[in-house]
Amino acid sequence: MTAPRPAATGAYPETEVDDALAQTQTPVAGRSDEARGAWRGLLVQPVLVLAGVLAFVVWRSTAELADTEQRQLGWSVLGRSIVEHLELTLLAAAIVLLIGIPLGILLTRGPFRRATPLVLGVANTGQAAPAIGLFVLLATWLGFGFRSAVVALVLYTVLPVLRNTMVGLQGVDARLVEAGRGMGMSALAVLLRVELPLAVPVILAGVRTALVLLVGTATLATFISGGGLGQLITTGINLSLDSLLFSGAVLVALLALAIDWLGRVVEHVARPKGL
Amino acid sequence: MSDTIAAATGDTVEQPAGTERQVSGVSIRLEGVTKSYPGQGKPAVDAVDLDIPAGQMVMFVGPSGCGKTTLLKMLNRLVEPTSGKIFLGDEDVTGQDADQLRRRIGYVIQAGGLFPHMTVATNIGLVPGMLKWDRKRIAARVDELLELVGLDPEVYRDRYPRELSGGQQQRVGVARALAADPPVLLMDEPFGAVDPITRQRLQDELLRIQEELGKTIVFVTHDFDEAVKLGDRIVVFDVGARVVQYDTPEAILADPAEEYVADFVGAGATLKQLTLTRVGDVELLSPQLARVGEDAAEVVRRASAAGEKYVVVTDRKGRPISWPSLAELSRVATVPDTVDEKLPVVGLRSTLNDALDTMLAASQGGVVVTGRDDVAGVMVVETVMAAIQRTRDEVEG
Repeated sequence: MTAPRPAATGAYPETEVDDALAQTQTPVAGRSDEARGAWRGLLVQPVLVLAGVLAFVVWRSTAELADTEQRQLGWSVLGRSIVEHLELTLLAAAIVLLIGIPLGILLTRGPFRRATPLVLGVANTGQAAPAIGLFVLLATWLGFGFRSAVVALVLYTVLPVLRNTMVGLQGVDARLVEAGRGMGMSALAVLLRVELPLAVPVILAGVRTALVLLVGTATLATFISGGGLGQLITTGINLSLDSLLFSGAVLVALLALAIDWLGRVVEHVARPKGL
Repeated sequence: MSDTIAAATGDTVEQPAGTERQVSGVSIRLEGVTKSYPGQGKPAVDAVDLDIPAGQMVMFVGPSGCGKTTLLKMLNRLVEPTSGKIFLGDEDVTGQDADQLRRRIGYVIQAGGLFPHMTVATNIGLVPGMLKWDRKRIAARVDELLELVGLDPEVYRDRYPRELSGGQQQRVGVARALAADPPVLLMDEPFGAVDPITRQRLQDELLRIQEELGKTIVFVTHDFDEAVKLGDRIVVFDVGARVVQYDTPEAILADPAEEYVADFVGAGATLKQLTLTRVGDVELLSPQLARVGEDAAEVVRRASAAGEKYVVVTDRKGRPISWPSLAELSRVATVPDTVDEKLPVVGLRSTLNDALDTMLAASQGGVVVTGRDDVAGVMVVETVMAAIQRTRDEVEG
């Protein structure tokens, strides 16, 4: 037998033969670093919010207040305003989710796609209309109070959830959908096991936007007797009591920041692994 | 008995398809299958009749837009035929529930089409899950399939697709398609997105798997070399999925039915013949082998006695890992376990074309040929040259 003659070189650098063996080291280390960084970022916001709450409580306990101010800023009155505000926000949010996500799913399915421009148009109008105008118009139609406030809030904030649901679903690689159908998954199974999980990050970002919008906009509910922290602010303006105005504004801001943070935590936890 | 002996002593590597091979596939028959889209004058697929024998790998080739992919997707009804009938075996599946049908047909697309939010094991276990297999059976099947496509289950089972290379993703894609042991496998340009060397390895693996399983495979590609290498038969399509020629690769190369096919096959048909000859068909040289950890001086003595200048080093499982010269070996005490990434390796089912490609890519004058788990021999560039000369002589003579 003649010798084999590798003409150029017989040198042997050090790596592996088969691509099945190559790349055995995972990028997992890099990922957990990333994850740790993200968690650290998530810690800043609650610290700020807590500091704000603490500062408010200290100020409220030590400041010298006039009678009217005392009454409005009494702990029980304050507590009720906050609870009302949260009720408005959370009820509206629940309704927004119940409408926005299923509608967004529906509008990305076969024949319903044609209705997309129409529905997005209506939702866009809802958001483009000045919020205060929406509140007042609805109040003259449905009557003053909590119910109208919730309806107005829903109309005003359904758009981000609806749009992000649609964008998230449309952003799923069409080849993956086809791969799913091609292996015998039903359309519903592809939606539940492939499309929605992959769209979750985008959908949740929309939900968080809606929540923050809701907390802020719920201050307008007071104009149609819907309650909430807006009362403090309007009373403060009407009676020129800066402490009331200031308290209302700070509390709404803290609430919005807290809810935004909760949203971020949920987004972080619910993000599908492997992306 | 005498048949098997004849087959065993004869040229076993390049067996004519379907004779001795185990067949687990079923035949596919198309009758007047047509797809027309509203608003388009000519149908995308125009009344195609086609018979695909069980256990064969049939390649669909043709220019882009000729309807070959549409035709493939009608086989699992991702595209509903406008008219015509499709049979799997003797069963008319044209009116069957599409989801049920697809669970019996494996489907592989480019880059595997793996779901990025599911682990490798979940991806592979999807179809068995839909068929209500119990968990233990699915887990066992997943491991079995990972072994089959050459991935270590312990390492890869729980990984996410983004933690895999392109070639590995494609392997998992094939494993997923085979999960419920479907008789038919549809592959839509599966190896289009990987680099040439990886593609060649994946092709070799597919040939090995097919030899083991004998599925009926329909494979769409725009790469004629790939079609010649993998196909038992090739269908050449023209616009409207008109079947221009349906024959073995040898016959199409030797005698293109129309000028269109000749154009598509391309000039340099002599060199194309390299794609028809498998590495296992030519005479290989037997190299001196050395195991990792052996005494280097002893190996050098043995190799010089045999008149060799190079030694193929294998790992403990007998797979080649490097190809050092005696001079290099004499500088170390024991045979090192260094793995040469650029080591040119081909399988017995690789074509001479692959072997030449691999040599050029590695800038080496030879390749190591691997059998199932061992070194089958060594092939040098002169062997390829001799093969080219032989075909040239045949053409002229």
